[in-house]
This record gives sequence, structure tokens and C-alpha cells, in this order.
Amino acid sequence: MRTEKSPSGPWGVMASFDSPGQLLSAIARAKQAGYKDMEAYTPYPNEEVIEALGHHHSKVPLLTLVAALAGGCGGFALASWVSMQAYPMNIGGRPLMSWVAFIPVTFETTVLAAGLTAAIGMILLNGLPEPYHPVFNAPGFERASQDRFFLCIEATDPKFDSKEARSFLSTLHPIEVVDVAP
Amino acid sequence: MSPYATVMDDSQLTGQPIVLSGKGPFGGDVEIPEPLVTGGKKWSDVDRDICLHTEQFPTKRWWICFAAALSMLGVLVFSLAYLLYAGMGICGVNGPVGWGSFIINFVFWIGIGHAGTLISAVLFLFRQQWRTGINRAAEAMTLFAVACAGIFPIIHLGRAWFAYWLVPYPNARGPLWVNFNSPLAWDIFAISTYGLVSLAFWYVGLLPDLATVRDRATHPWRKKLYNVLSFNWTGSHRAWRHYESAYMILAALATPLVFSVHTIVSFDFATSVIPGWHTTIFPPYFVIGAIFSGFAMVITLMSLMRGVFNLKNYITLNHMEAMAKILMLTGMLVGFAYSTEFFMAWYSGSEWEGFVFKNRAFGPYWWAYFIMFTCNAIVPQIFWWKSMRRNTVVLFVVSILVNIGMWFERYVIVVTSLHRDFLPSSWGMYALTRWDYAILIGSFGLFFTLFLLFVRVLPVIAISEVKGVMDPKVARSAPSDAGPAAAARPQEV
Repeated sequence: MRTEKSPSGPWGVMASFDSPGQLLSAIARAKQAGYKDMEAYTPYPNEEVIEALGHHHSKVPLLTLVAALAGGCGGFALASWVSMQAYPMNIGGRPLMSWVAFIPVTFETTVLAAGLTAAIGMILLNGLPEPYHPVFNAPGFERASQDRFFLCIEATDPKFDSKEARSFLSTLHPIEVVDVAP
Repeated sequence: MSPYATVMDDSQLTGQPIVLSGKGPFGGDVEIPEPLVTGGKKWSDVDRDICLHTEQFPTKRWWICFAAALSMLGVLVFSLAYLLYAGMGICGVNGPVGWGSFIINFVFWIGIGHAGTLISAVLFLFRQQWRTGINRAAEAMTLFAVACAGIFPIIHLGRAWFAYWLVPYPNARGPLWVNFNSPLAWDIFAISTYGLVSLAFWYVGLLPDLATVRDRATHPWRKKLYNVLSFNWTGSHRAWRHYESAYMILAALATPLVFSVHTIVSFDFATSVIPGWHTTIFPPYFVIGAIFSGFAMVITLMSLMRGVFNLKNYITLNHMEAMAKILMLTGMLVGFAYSTEFFMAWYSGSEWEGFVFKNRAFGPYWWAYFIMFTCNAIVPQIFWWKSMRRNTVVLFVVSILVNIGMWFERYVIVVTSLHRDFLPSSWGMYALTRWDYAILIGSFGLFFTLFLLFVRVLPVIAISEVKGVMDPKVARSAPSDAGPAAAARPQEV
């Protein structure tokens, strides 16, 4: 996305608000004005903002399901293979394939694979760790993790013009409007 | 009026909902909950109050606690080294009591961990928003308790340097594989899964808060360090969307996990044929006992954190009361399990089972049974009184007593079932030696050292989650104090 920006202009224009409600109405107004490529940066998640920005599906649940199935099958296969092929033990004539006894291990490997995939998958889907991100160039952006709610219209938007975007954002009663250096 | 929109001081909390008469849609009363964060805190205050402890030089009180914890950790290191050198003979285990203090401590510490997962996962799924004040520290407690617990099965092996044999992997020993029919092999999977998933859950929750610590940092190296730890978290809603999804899934996975772990620990006992161990009540009985003991430890730690770190506005009396209620409920369930065991011993008509339980309560270890029953089933009954649930001194004392009682519960289960088995000629007694005591005390040293380091370097309360349960009308900063000066405002309490 960053490669498409014009070499001289800003990466985006950012407005800051002091409550999620104001951010929400700003997003609605920006959508009405025809902006598409925008992103909100906030100290805590807000379902309505996620929906307003059109971020719908996360792939985390699907990845987790796949990992859970793989982990469960893998755990059960390991226990069965070890008990039947690799190290069969005849204990009082009990069947080698005593599958009930393998359920605890199957359950644990299911949860282990699913849990680690959910956590690591979330981090990778977010593109993290990302050593450089332009939003940190915005003055005052350190408050995005504290008590400010930021809306950034990105330069990749087809309608983007830094001056126009700045004057548009100023009409939404923000605390501040700043350019984000690329 | 939205919930949590009221401003209250800590002393004004009653533990009852606020009644707004005539505010309902048809002119009736509306009840709203009391705010979860008191003192009219703003979002910027939350950052300051919680990050402060990672930013200042530690207080004298912290150093005193840390010195004590570190010396206890020294005891652990020394006694473990001597144990490896001298062998198991320095401990009290011997025939007929072949499982001694190491197994007791293992079950005790694993149990402690369960409350952390319960608070972070189960209460999350049940939308109990008060958990936001305590979940971070409780999850940290889980991790450190699992770390303590992990030591004991390894040293109980006797030859701890062969511990890696328990892991099934292609090896040059034959190859030799583990027995998947054995609960001891299940334990390896359960404990390592529990430790790793708890760590993942904890770290996912920490990411946005590490970003907050980074953004408040003034020293460039500190900023870099926390930036790396937070994986350069920006707080974008693309990220929050994945984050929320992953957090929900981890909670949903950790919920059955927490019940499975102590179930599997109880299988170590229940799948044997020893009277007193061989019962189907063990899985639920162990899980409830674990949650009970864990909540006692959470209350102990939260009482200390409230006092030492001045977090009374975030961990309010309402939080303490909620935990006291859970403690009383689980305490009664544990008491019910004790009674059920006796009923089953009588009702089964099994001579051996009946003897074990008579011997448990009235035999030579009657005092251990007495401590267990009093501390776990009777003492928490004090929480029927609301004034007691909201009295921090009573809470602290009861939490300590429950911790002691739950250690003795495992002592009773392990020792009284083994010391008099089927053959009277092989009866015997068990006593802890000084090395058993040293390792027990040392494990507390490890636990508290890790916890004290945690409160120094990481945010002890889930900042982003607490902000989410505050009302923006109260919590947002006035537009006039836009700018970095706002962070340095003096505290208004």
C-alpha cells in the first residue's frame, strides 16, 4: 500500500478526537464525503468503529480451526502410532489401541496448536512485528495508546488530496489535524 | 444514563446498584451498576497510575519485599543443588509413603494457577467486566505458579537430569517412547499446554499495554525496548479486529483447558487402585479446589497490590467483594466434596475405603484433616456477612488461611491414603524433613521474586481493557489540556 503513494506528498492526513463517539461520527462523515482508505487508531477497541470502517472478517478463527484439527489429529496419531507400532506394550492383555486413554493427550494437543496459532496468527495477520510505520511520524500520535482517538485518511485513497483532506477533517471538530510524513 | 457514568470515590461504594427512581422507560426505577473505576479517573490518569510503577525507581518497601523473596529463592537454589548432589534420601519420602511433599507442592501450585485462567477466560466469556481490574496480575500469577509447579514433578523423578525422557520424540535410546496410557504422560501434555497457552493469552493481552508504556517512555532506549516487546503495535482498527477475535478464541480455548488440567492432575491419583484415591469425584473435586485456592491467592496478592501500589481506584472494594463471593461458593463446594467422600466411603460398603476415611479424620493425621476442614469449609462461611466481604483485613486473613488449608488438603490426600494401605505390616508414617521444608519455602521465593519483578517492569492492570469499561463522558480529557503536559498533571483524588 505504501508503495503507491506519491513520492513527495504525505502518507496521510490525521485528525484526533477525544472520544470514540466523535471518532464514529467523523468516520460516517468521511464516508459520506467519499473517502475509502482510512484507518482509526485508538487506545482500546470499539466494535462500532471496526464495523464503520468496514473491517469485517478476521481470518484468525479459520486459522485456529485448521490448527486445532491438525493438532488433535496429530496428537491422536502420535499416541496411536507409539502404542501400536513404535513401542507396543502388552500390559495384562489390554488392547494396544486403547483410544479412550489417548483422549487427554488429543485434547491437549488440540488446544495447544489452536492457542498458539490464534496468538501468533493474530500477530502475523497484523503484519507485526513491523519495525517502521509512518503513523508514528504524526506529531502527538503517542496519545493513540493513551487518550486520543485518531482518524487517518491515507494517501492511497483515490480521492486523496492532502490540502482538501486537511480542510475536510478540520470541519469535523477535531482537536488537531496533522500531516503524516511517509 | 449509561452504566459506569457516575463518579464515585472508593469510600462511597456500597456494593449495591445505584437506583434511579423514575428514570425507566415507563416511569419506573432503573438500577445501574456502580462504576468499576472510582475517583472520577480520566484515561490519562489510568496510564499514569498504572505505568508509574514501571517508570519510577522502586520504593523501599519493594526492595524489602524483593530482598526477602530473593533470599527465599536462594534457599530454593541451594536446596535443589544439594538434592541433585545427595539424592532423594534427604527427603521424607520412603515406603509406604512414596509420594510426599513434592507431589503436594506440585498440586498446590498448579491449583493456584487456575484462578488466573478462570478470571481471564471464564469471566471474560461471561462478560464479567469487573475482571478487567484484576486479570493481568491474576494471569501473571498463573504463569509464575505453573513455573513453580513445574519444578516438582521433575525433582520428584529422583534423577532430574533424565526429565527430557518424558517428552515423546524420536531418540537414540532404542528408541524408547512414553506410555500414552499413563496419566503421568498426560500430565506432561497438560502442564506444558497450560503453561504455553497461558503465556500466549497473557502476552496477547499485554501487547496494547506495552505500546502504552512505550508511548509514555521518555528515554530512547526504554522506548525502543518496549516498542520491540509490543511488536510496534499501532492501535489501528485493522489490528484491533484481529486482536479481539484472537482474544475471544483464546478465552474460549483456555476455559476447557483450565478444567482439563486439574482433571488430568486428579487422574494421577484417581486411576490408581489406592483406597482414598480411586474415586470418580476426584476431577470435579480437584478443579473446584484449584479455583478455590487460586482465588485465595489472588485475594492475597490484590490486597498487597492495593496497599503497596495505591491501586484502590482500580481494584475497588467491589472487586474484593466479588472475589470473596467466589471464594465462599467454591469453599462450600469443596466442603460438599469432603462430605461426599465420606458418604461414598460408607455407601460403597468397601471395607478399605471406609477404613481410609476413618483413618483420615481420626487417625494419626487427624490434625492435618482438622486444619484442612476448618480452613476450607468453615472459615469462608464468614463471607455470608457483607461487612466481612468488604473488610480488607478479614479478606487478607481468610485468604492466607485458605492457602494453608488447601496445602493441607493435598497433604491429607497424598499422605493419609498411602501411609496405611492394605497390609497392616507395611503401615508407616511420613514427616517432612528440613529439605522438604526448604524447597517448599524456596518455591514461594521463586513465586514472589517473579511477581515482584513483574510489577516493576509490566503494567499490572490491563490498561486498554480498563479504559474500555470507563464511560467516555467521565474519562475523556478536556480539550484544553491537549498536548503532552496533560500526562504530567498532578493527581486529583
